[in-house]
Amino acid sequence: MNPTLRLPGLAPLMLAATLAVLGVLIVLPLGVVFHQALAKGLGAYIEPLTHPDALHAIRLTLTVAAISVPLNAVFGVAAAWAIARFEFKGKSLLVTFIDLPFSMSPVVSGLVWVLLFGAQGWFGEWLRDHDIKIIFATSGLVLATVLVTLPFVARELIPLMQDQGADEEAAALTLGAGGWTTFRRVTLPNIKWALLYGVLLCNARAMGEFGAVSVVSGSVRGVTTTLPLHVEVLYNDYEFVGAFAAASILAGLGLVTLVLKTVLEWRHSGELSAGRRH
Amino acid sequence: MNFRQADDTSSATALEIKGVSKAFGRFPALKNVSLQAKDKEFLALLGPSGSGKTTLLRVLAGLEKPDAGEVRFGDEDFLALPVRRRKVGMVFQHYALFRHMTVAQNIAFGLTVRKRSEKPSKSEIADRVNHLLQLVQLEGLDKRFPSQLSGGQRQRVALARALAIEPKMLLLDEPFGALDAQVRRELRRWLRELHDRAGVTTVFVTHDQEEALDLADRVAILKDGELVQLGAPNEVYEHPANPFVFDFLGQACRLRGVVEGARLRVADWESAAPTGAPQGAVEVFFRPDEVAFAPADGAGLAAEVKGVAQRGPDVRIDCLVEGAPMELVGHGPTLPPGVTPGLSVRIKPLRPQVYAAG
Repeated sequence: MNPTLRLPGLAPLMLAATLAVLGVLIVLPLGVVFHQALAKGLGAYIEPLTHPDALHAIRLTLTVAAISVPLNAVFGVAAAWAIARFEFKGKSLLVTFIDLPFSMSPVVSGLVWVLLFGAQGWFGEWLRDHDIKIIFATSGLVLATVLVTLPFVARELIPLMQDQGADEEAAALTLGAGGWTTFRRVTLPNIKWALLYGVLLCNARAMGEFGAVSVVSGSVRGVTTTLPLHVEVLYNDYEFVGAFAAASILAGLGLVTLVLKTVLEWRHSGELSAGRRH
Repeated sequence: MNFRQADDTSSATALEIKGVSKAFGRFPALKNVSLQAKDKEFLALLGPSGSGKTTLLRVLAGLEKPDAGEVRFGDEDFLALPVRRRKVGMVFQHYALFRHMTVAQNIAFGLTVRKRSEKPSKSEIADRVNHLLQLVQLEGLDKRFPSQLSGGQRQRVALARALAIEPKMLLLDEPFGALDAQVRRELRRWLRELHDRAGVTTVFVTHDQEEALDLADRVAILKDGELVQLGAPNEVYEHPANPFVFDFLGQACRLRGVVEGARLRVADWESAAPTGAPQGAVEVFFRPDEVAFAPADGAGLAAEVKGVAQRGPDVRIDCLVEGAPMELVGHGPTLPPGVTPGLSVRIKPLRPQVYAAG
């Protein structure tokens, strides 16, 4: 427990400033989203959500997340394992590269795939000859999403696994367990809450990503529009209620993520990354 | 002191380490180390941090692969076996208990991961766990988690877990390093008894010389990746092979002297040189409590007493011996009455060790 420092007169001022900023920047917009969505009644709110394009957008968003989140969970565990357990040349370089999607604009994460697989890209001709579609298709959306959400799981696991050390795994090996058994019975249970935490954040970002997917999607309504792109398409067509209704789903997703995240931090703080302990 | 003597002839060599070397990058952790442990022997690897003792233990466990050398156990080539087939029980300094498993699950782990054909039945496992809990005196704690145990209890669970697989050899890596002094001493005695009852060849790593001398049948002293001395506790304590070992095994007083023929001369004091002493300029080492006091006009090294302070059972005597400051240790009841601050006396080292001046 940190001791509380009291600065007379200053504390209420800082608190008020913080609350004001939070109110203007977070609570107000959230309120607007739900207010606009419900402005013309519940019927008008539900109707655009049951439109085939909206349903398709929801389905596509779920599909993209269902593919990219497991991929990144596997990658994250593998990368964290390699980094926390082994010494090899170029390790710090690898750690830096894992962080790259955080520091890079998502537009770039989308654009690289266009440069590689687009019609004018390096492999464009070959792909066309073999009738494989990546850009303006679901696979492109998945690639862009995977790249953007790459760091979430790994970043969560690396400090935790470094902190826990390899002794428990070494003990399991000396007791006769094989590599896979050790992973399943010792490593995985030790990191499960941190893994869940990383997957949660990864999922939220995967479903909400706009920049990267908008580059590879081409925004073909009802074909390659995920939920965030659907919101933009509707908004540009002046279908405000529909746009805000779709946005309210994303906002709801954000709130659910926040609650789950808080529960995890509260219940399992000891088993999350060292830096997140209270 | 320790009255056990290593028995050289009766039991067969169990563990044989030959010319083992290991480097981490450019840092040599082990340099051509060779030693043997007999069947059922309790061997201590003693050395300061960075001496390579833990690396050697991890080589025995299979957690590190040496760059060169041989490790044999019985008639098996240990280096050809992966960790899981060596059947060694390892105990770690920080316990390394599986934190999400109960005490009983921890102890049973080595049995439950066996192949189906070799796995004991559920009731056999439960019996074995109960037996081991009894052995380590933790009955009734089987449903606790490691985080609900004290350090000493955790280490006993770790030991039970290692013993559950009926190991061919027990490897202990500073097992008491994280415990406080009282618990340490209790567990030390208890571990020795357990070893004598279980009859498993045991290799024990420690940086605590008192622990090594108290526990082990033989002590291997390592320094900078090299084996500097191997012998029974009495042997290494009374005849340290070099100044490093002398210093490491206890407090040391040192003076310069000369050996001529069979005589050792330090300043104006002369005595018989220890057998095997090198000729010429030497360094003389002795323990601060292995001295006899004599009146100032007697024979011995001239010493001026500067201060006397009671320190628990011992008396610390600060003095200038032949002009050099030195700290001697006396035992209250045996201290001559003449030793008081400001007085000049003569002191005679009782068992000086002599090494060629380097």
